[in-house]
Amino acid sequence: MKRITIDPVTRIEGHAKIVIQLDDNGRVAGTEFHVTQVRGFEKFTEGRPFYEMPGITSRICGICPISHLLASSKACDSIMAVRIPPAAYKLRTLAHCAQIVQSHALSFFYLSSPDLLLGMDSDMPSRNVLGVIAAHPEMARDGIELRKFGLQIIEGLAQERVHPSWIVPGGVAAPMSGSVRERILSDLPSAHAIASRTLRFFKNALDNYSYKEEIESFGSAPTMYAGLVDGKGNLQFYDGGLRFRSPSGEIIEDGIAAEDYAGWMGEASLRDSYLKAPYFKPRGFPEGAYRVGPLARMNAADQCGTPLADAEFTEFHQRFGAPAHSAFLYHYARLIEIVHALEKIELLLADPQILEKHVRATAGVNSLEAVGIIEAPRGTLIHHYKVNEEGGITWANLIVATGHNNLAIGRSIQQVSERFIDGRKLQEGMLNRVSAVVRAYDPCLSCSTHALGEVALRIQLVDADGDLCDEVASS
Amino acid sequence: MRLPQKKLSIRIDGELISAVEGQTILQAAKANGKYIPTLCDLEGLTPVGACRLCIVEISGTDRLFPACTTPIQDGMSVTTASTRLAHHRRISVELLLVERNHTCAVCVSNGHCELQSLASAMGISTVRFAYNYPKLGVDLSHPRFVLDHNRCILCTRCVRACADLEGAHVWEITSRGIHSRIVSDLNQKWGESRSCTNCGKCVQACPTGALAAKGCAVEEMVKRADNISSLVHRREVQV
Repeated sequence: MKRITIDPVTRIEGHAKIVIQLDDNGRVAGTEFHVTQVRGFEKFTEGRPFYEMPGITSRICGICPISHLLASSKACDSIMAVRIPPAAYKLRTLAHCAQIVQSHALSFFYLSSPDLLLGMDSDMPSRNVLGVIAAHPEMARDGIELRKFGLQIIEGLAQERVHPSWIVPGGVAAPMSGSVRERILSDLPSAHAIASRTLRFFKNALDNYSYKEEIESFGSAPTMYAGLVDGKGNLQFYDGGLRFRSPSGEIIEDGIAAEDYAGWMGEASLRDSYLKAPYFKPRGFPEGAYRVGPLARMNAADQCGTPLADAEFTEFHQRFGAPAHSAFLYHYARLIEIVHALEKIELLLADPQILEKHVRATAGVNSLEAVGIIEAPRGTLIHHYKVNEEGGITWANLIVATGHNNLAIGRSIQQVSERFIDGRKLQEGMLNRVSAVVRAYDPCLSCSTHALGEVALRIQLVDADGDLCDEVASS
Repeated sequence: MRLPQKKLSIRIDGELISAVEGQTILQAAKANGKYIPTLCDLEGLTPVGACRLCIVEISGTDRLFPACTTPIQDGMSVTTASTRLAHHRRISVELLLVERNHTCAVCVSNGHCELQSLASAMGISTVRFAYNYPKLGVDLSHPRFVLDHNRCILCTRCVRACADLEGAHVWEITSRGIHSRIVSDLNQKWGESRSCTNCGKCVQACPTGALAAKGCAVEEMVKRADNISSLVHRREVQV
């Protein structure tokens, strides 16, 4: 028996290691997904003033600090027991949509497009974003432009692209100027064009059966799905109630309020991983595995709620059913969400209320426990705090998107490994498919474990006695 | 009637300047547009020479003197900038940075902090000493203000602002050496201090994020230390 270890997994955010056990015939006997760092945000924030939490927790991640700022600020709003001003609500939503665009663009164009455009078996040294720039410059340019569009909205609102301190408990720190609004509106048509061009490319590839094998084998085992939806069942990024949908498509629970999440979600600890595994409590562990993120949101919601995205939503489910199960479709769902986010940006900017000057509510401690939930680009993000009467944090719990997907990622790795790995003639392309299924989830492991470290993936081949036989590392 | 003040001649960095008897080297330098870095000094408050950043060289002696507490003498020749001084000042700032937990990125005073500005001006991007990482608390008991010991550099500007200007004497230093820390009244929680008038002068005088207004998010605490100085000057005006 041999063991393959992929350590580190590349083109993901954070650190992971995959171990694949092979039997004596070179067939996959088992797989393990290890997340290898711990960061301790929940512990070292104890004692800090609650209103510092958005600034501290946003430092968990440089890709989507806005997500942590929002979830944390929502929890702080609840501690203060305030309803934030309408303009602040809209500005937060605008920043969030901008972040969805830039983060999804990063995942699709920078991290996953090398696999999708150059091929899973293409030459490893050039299978990266530089390879994409060389082979498909127009696609690379689109990715950079789209990401820039999202980041420039954030910069226009918050003065900084990464780690702004503009989203604060009670609202936002400053209103939006008319000139920022005009600039976003002038850049919007180009962003729309890129999104629709990329969707066309992806669907065309689907029509030509380019990813048929991946769609069939990339984590296609049915799971439950969770995501925020509004009262009409529309996809929500910033607000709404949590909905769980069964693998066969029935709504199991709907309208779960942020403060009630713990009644429905349990967290299991896994051996050899710093990443906990949340599960749907009524079904127990591990049967209660569910997925979050773009694919889960497509499956949880009844529609997106904007015309262009709704048309894509309908086509998506016509092609792959409802719910659609393959993890490969996360890429497709991500592109639809970019379209939806762009439409939402347009709607928000058309609302004159967004320019109002009153953008911040103030209050002291009015509640000793609070939860903030949003849909981060990678899925449902939960910040749960307890404070003392002076406002000092006494306990914190963060459940991050990738955590929800932990069990599903593990199962997807197992499925892809069984389908593609042949231990008798191990090839890098086989292992890349294992990495690619992880990438499909766009995991942010530094977020999920609140960990520190570098980004990468390595695969090891170990025999039945535990001795290392072979190793493939990518950077 | 005030007597005319005696004029003294001194040299600062080789330049002959005229200063008033009783002035410190720092006062004379400032009055003549000469920059000497400071942290614990705040115009209007009694100088204490706590931070040692204003150290200068004086001809005729090998010792370094704090400019904020050393009075000028006629004929004195002072050097405010040299390789030796830069070395000692840099070490002083590095020691301040490692002593407690100065995490600029998530500090309420990020971008408006005198310690951060000084470190940046000195080009300090790394420190040569191991971080101390002490486990220090945050006093959130006051309804309007916060004391975060993690960010305190023990400059005592708060102690002096409270004593010299407000006359309330809320703040003091307890313990010694590395264990020293600011305390209100007789080591009570700030919110329980009976002598505190809630005036906030200590907060404005504080050069870092150690004392801040409650509710300020990251980067939001902008201090007005110049208000302290102008308040002192206005009080000295006799009509």
